[in-house]
Amino acid sequence: MSLQLDFPAVLERWPSFLAGAALTLELAFFATVLGALIGTLAAVGRGSRSALIAGACKVYVEAIRNTPLLVQIFLVYFGLASLGLKLSAFTVAVAALTINVGAYTAEIMRAGFEAIPRGQIEAAEGLALSRLQIYWHIILLPAIEKVYPALTSQFVLLMLASSVCSQISAEELTAVANYIQSDTYRAFETYIIVAVLYVILSLVMRAGFWGLGLVLFPRRRRLGTPL
Amino acid sequence: MSGHLNVNHLIFLGQGALWTIGLSVIALIGGGIVGFVIALARISPLKSVRFASAVYVQLVQGTPLLVILFLGYFGLAAIGLKVSPLVAAGASLTLYVAAYLGEIWRGCIQSVPKPQWEAAEGLALSRTQRMTKVILPQAVRIATPPTVGFMVQIVKNTSLASVVGFVELMRSGQIVNNSLFEPFAIYAIIAVTYFAMCYPLSLFSQRLERRMGRGRSNLAPA
Repeated sequence: MSLQLDFPAVLERWPSFLAGAALTLELAFFATVLGALIGTLAAVGRGSRSALIAGACKVYVEAIRNTPLLVQIFLVYFGLASLGLKLSAFTVAVAALTINVGAYTAEIMRAGFEAIPRGQIEAAEGLALSRLQIYWHIILLPAIEKVYPALTSQFVLLMLASSVCSQISAEELTAVANYIQSDTYRAFETYIIVAVLYVILSLVMRAGFWGLGLVLFPRRRRLGTPL
Repeated sequence: MSGHLNVNHLIFLGQGALWTIGLSVIALIGGGIVGFVIALARISPLKSVRFASAVYVQLVQGTPLLVILFLGYFGLAAIGLKVSPLVAAGASLTLYVAAYLGEIWRGCIQSVPKPQWEAAEGLALSRTQRMTKVILPQAVRIATPPTVGFMVQIVKNTSLASVVGFVELMRSGQIVNNSLFEPFAIYAIIAVTYFAMCYPLSLFSQRLERRMGRGRSNLAPA
């Protein structure tokens, strides 16, 4: 057994690595924002008085949570194509990741909603707040504050999961790595560098969410929540 | 050139599904053994052991499984080992599962109420006795629902082993698709098959949780 590593041969491709990392972050950003929206709607929907809406949201969440992302990506990819929609790999990747993370976000948000004490909603009703005001101030914002750590971990996992989009040749970090390793014949070195880049990206995201949390939830700062 | 989905295709997909289960069991057993060591190392009295295991967990949890699979596949080849996709996938999944199960189990061990630790110490039990006779039996009860829940993630994640040429359910679907070229129908069948394997586990884990009356973690590593 002998191991000879040649990092310089791979590292000279650094502009491609950086471009791939940037696209990974971009994918993660769009899917996080859209997924948070869809997930919140699905969580509200699961609590709906209409059995149809509640049932549809439950089916969405369970179907996504019990099938692999890779399969979902292919289904979206070929599904959109068979509908005659010709979209870029990036758009398909964002769509698939959004659908995926939306289901997990819905479950996290539901836990947040369930953690809101009934008495607070009744108190708000007693103060004659409108339904919208109650939803925003008494339910949504405190729920997000409660589940913020779980929510942000989920978004970091989403960023890592976006590597699977390399399979439909969205030009993100892992796809770049696949290309570079087949070009340089230095597979092990390439994937070591890519692994390091992903670790850095996830640390950056964690730090970013932590800082955002300090700004959004000053109360958390006083309570002292861990990164 | 495109034919119709026939019994032979379905048998082939069924074999793929069996390999998905097989690889999941390998990952669960391998990852369980290493993960147990990680969990104990994370709460070790030795600072260096705690630090090393924390670094391991951070590195694995900061890297996508797909990249870990490539590292395992090409890494074992780079040190001169000729490995089959089964060995590469099994080893990579073991390392991956160990990091997550290790963290889950560490949380379970640490959530055994503090007085239990103190009482065990008060009875002058050794550290090993405290662990095996007092803490672990209680931790196992706490750990069962999240572990069953995590098995869903393991089953789903074996689909990524398809990229290193392991013919499990996903890869067998791709192979069938190469001859039929009906991707949407075939991947829909694959999705339903995964659902049939994962949903019972999800329900079982939820039931266990309700019985224990505690919330479950939603985190889904992929």
